[in-house]
Amino acid sequence: MIDWPLLSTLTFLPLLGALFILLVRGDEETVAANSRAVALWTTVVTLLLSIFMVTRFDGSEAGFQFVERAQWLAPGIDYAMGVDGISVLFVVLTAALMPICILASWVSVKTRVREYMLAFLVLETLMIGVFCSMDIILFYLFFEAGLIPMFLIIGIWGGARRIYASFKFFLYTLVGSVLMLLAILYMYWQTGTTFIPDLAAHGFDADVQTWLWLAFFASFAVKMPMWPVHTWLPDAHVEAPTAGSVILAGVLLKMGGYGFLRFSLPMFPIASDMFSPMVLALSAIAIVYTSLVAFAQEDMKKLIAYSSVAHMGFVTMGIFSATMQGVQGAVFQMLSHGWISGALFLCVGVVYDRMHTREIVAYGGLANRMPIFATVFLLFTMANVGLPGTSGFVGEFLTIIGTFQVSTWTALFAASGVIFSAVYALSLYRRVSFGRIEHEGLQQIADMDRREIFIIAPLVIATIVFGFWPMPILELTAPSIEALVSGYQEALANHYYGLEVQAVE
Amino acid sequence: MYQAIVFFPLLGALIAGLFGRVIGHRNSEYITTGLLIASALLSCVAFVDVGLNGNASKILVLSWLQSGSLVIDWTLRIDTLTVVMLVVVTGVSSLVHVYSIGYMSHDEHRARFFAYLSLFTFMMLMLVTADNFLQLFFGWEGVGLASYLLIGFWFKKASANAAAMKAFVVNRVGDFGLILGMSAIYYSVGSLQFDEVFAAAGALANGKFDFLGMTLPALTTICLLLFMGAMGKSAQFLLHTWLPDAMEGPTPVSALIHAATMVTAGVFLVARCSPLFELSQTALNVVIVIGAITAFFAATVGLVQNDIKRVIAYSTCSQLGYMFVGLGIGAYQAAMFHLFTHAFFKALLFLGAGSVIHAIGDEQDMRKMGGLRQLIPATFLMMFIGTIALTGFPLTAGYFSKDAIIEGAFAAHAAPHMFAFAMLIIAAFFTSFYSWRLMFLTFFGAPRCSNDTLSHVHESPPVMLVPLIVLAFGALIAGFAFSGLFIGDTQTAFWSGTIFTSADNHVLHDLHNVPSWVKLSPLLMMLSGFVLAYIMYIRYPKWPGEIAEQHDLIYKFLLNKWYFDEIYDFLFVRPAKWIARVLWKGGDGAIIDGLGPDGIASSVQRVTRRIVGLQTGFVYHYAFVMLLGVASFVTWLMLTAQ
Repeated sequence: MIDWPLLSTLTFLPLLGALFILLVRGDEETVAANSRAVALWTTVVTLLLSIFMVTRFDGSEAGFQFVERAQWLAPGIDYAMGVDGISVLFVVLTAALMPICILASWVSVKTRVREYMLAFLVLETLMIGVFCSMDIILFYLFFEAGLIPMFLIIGIWGGARRIYASFKFFLYTLVGSVLMLLAILYMYWQTGTTFIPDLAAHGFDADVQTWLWLAFFASFAVKMPMWPVHTWLPDAHVEAPTAGSVILAGVLLKMGGYGFLRFSLPMFPIASDMFSPMVLALSAIAIVYTSLVAFAQEDMKKLIAYSSVAHMGFVTMGIFSATMQGVQGAVFQMLSHGWISGALFLCVGVVYDRMHTREIVAYGGLANRMPIFATVFLLFTMANVGLPGTSGFVGEFLTIIGTFQVSTWTALFAASGVIFSAVYALSLYRRVSFGRIEHEGLQQIADMDRREIFIIAPLVIATIVFGFWPMPILELTAPSIEALVSGYQEALANHYYGLEVQAVE
Repeated sequence: MYQAIVFFPLLGALIAGLFGRVIGHRNSEYITTGLLIASALLSCVAFVDVGLNGNASKILVLSWLQSGSLVIDWTLRIDTLTVVMLVVVTGVSSLVHVYSIGYMSHDEHRARFFAYLSLFTFMMLMLVTADNFLQLFFGWEGVGLASYLLIGFWFKKASANAAAMKAFVVNRVGDFGLILGMSAIYYSVGSLQFDEVFAAAGALANGKFDFLGMTLPALTTICLLLFMGAMGKSAQFLLHTWLPDAMEGPTPVSALIHAATMVTAGVFLVARCSPLFELSQTALNVVIVIGAITAFFAATVGLVQNDIKRVIAYSTCSQLGYMFVGLGIGAYQAAMFHLFTHAFFKALLFLGAGSVIHAIGDEQDMRKMGGLRQLIPATFLMMFIGTIALTGFPLTAGYFSKDAIIEGAFAAHAAPHMFAFAMLIIAAFFTSFYSWRLMFLTFFGAPRCSNDTLSHVHESPPVMLVPLIVLAFGALIAGFAFSGLFIGDTQTAFWSGTIFTSADNHVLHDLHNVPSWVKLSPLLMMLSGFVLAYIMYIRYPKWPGEIAEQHDLIYKFLLNKWYFDEIYDFLFVRPAKWIARVLWKGGDGAIIDGLGPDGIASSVQRVTRRIVGLQTGFVYHYAFVMLLGVASFVTWLMLTAQ
């Protein structure tokens, strides 16, 4: 084992880079260049460290690893860090997407570069912190604070309607986070601890669980986002700069799902079971509804944003099916959606940087001038559609097969998603890439350059490799998820068995 | 060796696809074609080794998925059913590769074309070597992707793009059934491995299954869901609309994908799942009826089409219907036999049509052809052989396989079977008519193209004719040579258990004992179709126009393919577009945003505007609220701690 605080180092390393950037002096250009360099190096080192962590991670172990614990705010509220099979890969995903984001903003961000890089590095610390926290207060701090840099990124470097977008985001998340904070307070008051494993083992009363579950649900459902609290996402995506969209879709959307897995299922199993029909119904609606809405979109980013909501529908469905395949599929889907949607936003960024519009009608026939782009975009379109052989398929299939065991209706609607996703994704691809070049401005459009290819290449590899061979991810996550699912089923059995015994008496 | 058969095409696809620009078109063509020929030769060896010597095997390549009790591997399953498909797929594919060297010689994206062709072949091979439902599904979707890419190969053509997307989406409707079918299988059996699922078939047959609030017989539900997938891929009635449009792709593609291989994947699926279907008479009856309707329906539409490729496309659709009837009546071997022979003569007809199109300057309308017999005699001869094989002229390929299905349908005497028999007999008449109509319009009579075009008509180069000759050879002798093996005395040993037939299924035996009028009727239909076509298109060429005018309603109905595209547009496409807009503007815009954030926003905005400047105020505002929360929490902690 490792005797130094690996996770804290990993979490706060980007913050150290941020401090360095603050120290940078000189004229505007020097500052910009140095900030970029520092940000890139920091994120690369963080990535390497996270890979080191995974190599040391024991995949056969279900519990938390690399645990750090120290006295913090008050008795019972500790500074506690640790990762298990569910969270470890999200840390790597975050660390891996970060250098890509920095590189994607290398040229396109021209104003206030120092602040931009600062915001991203702070954001990285907060996001990694979310996945490493073993204390619910610590989690809450990271979780809520992470939104601030995101607001700044949208609000300062965003598009024309950025104020509206960030305001919408604010309104939605505010209600949820206040309720969650109240729930956390109540839990501390009840148990005297905020240590996550202790809370999971506590076993709250069934009535209490209902209220706590709802409070957490309010926060996580918005973050997912689930239908009908999803409308902030398309606006946020449209206004965010490319790298902001990548992080938003790649990491921030996963926090809701992660929260369900970390808190709702293990801490409130009875309430989760009680509400699961509702969640399954909302997921099914999300898949069908947002797929249809995606079909009507005229803005590329909005279309992809709506398709994200549909894909997150598979995640919530898988989680609340509470079957091994469902939950594992959900985790896989979150990871895979992280790089697929990230790559799709990068693709949009590639053409946006050239033409400065996201209107679908402004494009057409790109395959004529941009064969590399057309190929890459096709690959991710197919991954988005869930074609077997891409990582997009694995999660979708596992969640469907897992949910089928619980609710055939939900599985039916989810499976109909394979038709709808083909409709919107292929029609987007057709309108952008195929046909003749009709617009004058596109006549001289250049194909992806080396930097752009270099950025997207790792995502291409991840999509294909984990499509054919998802075993490393499935094996690494299996013990923790198995423990989660069996603990959940056990809690339900105890609860209902207990009721029966009382009835007999 | 089996790895080589499957992965050579993938290797070729990767080389041509990734390095096509570097190594040039010529080398891409040679590499992909060479690798496929190697793969085809090895497949023939495999056919002998497995089919005749009975050395079936399984090769584990890589583990794919594992989640709980769900374990899926990449495995090559090599048994008789597989090797039959291996020979068909690699055989036709290698010939199509060779042919394309000539046919595509003027195209500037040849490397990409060959990469797609090889990719398709690889996917098809993964499909037929699958050892579990998920790998089959991988190949299934993979061929869909390749088909999408190849139909839309000429991506500048709007109609090609539309057709490509239509093919993918309609196929996905079938896949929807297939995914649910797989889920249902895993739910009831706990595995997706073929052997384990088939072993559980008996238990499934008596099992019940809760689906969508109904309690249904497990096995029948599963079979029908799987069959839905087969209907999509094999362009069966109701899900057939994509196949004729798919003719927008280059003609070699139509020969390979939309005649010989991909569209027969549905037939293969049902044959592979014979242990399941055999135990559900309900499912088999559905297969029979759908197959019979398709055979009849597609043949009627084929009667009046003017595009040479569309006639052959509808013919394919119709012949696939024959195969499904064969499966439905329990004569899986006969269906597989028809699949096998059909691959030869239908690929031959398509490639021959391609040769015609190539010869007269990319014209596909038969009304602008005519009299080409003397100008391109070799192509004519090949098309002639294809036509007699398709119509079932004695001793040609179609004669053995198609007649076996027709006779088998009669042998059972049950209502669906008799319905199918009647449909197939009528379809046989239509088949003969439209095939000869095609021949007469194209090759006989006076030329109807411009003199300029006529002067440029030329016979295709040897690189295109050689594949035609190989296929023509197959079309002539495949039936004769293999009927003993596939459906004759040695069939039990040949199939060696890969096709399951229940103890009371004697259809292969019974079909020999049908009355002689039944045996003669396909022949009679073939002859009368020929005679009628001869009268209408050689003796009295004015007749067709007059008949069409007199029966305008029927003619339009057939010409417009029973108005399926229009009906689907009205029923599905338009409502979907409408609902999409309503949900977006109404659901998301007016209701959710209107009642939610925008409604609150407008009131909060008024308040906040007074308090802070709007610009970045919200961020700090938010941070402030959060800090307030934490601060009050810490305060509370400190108070309670004392």
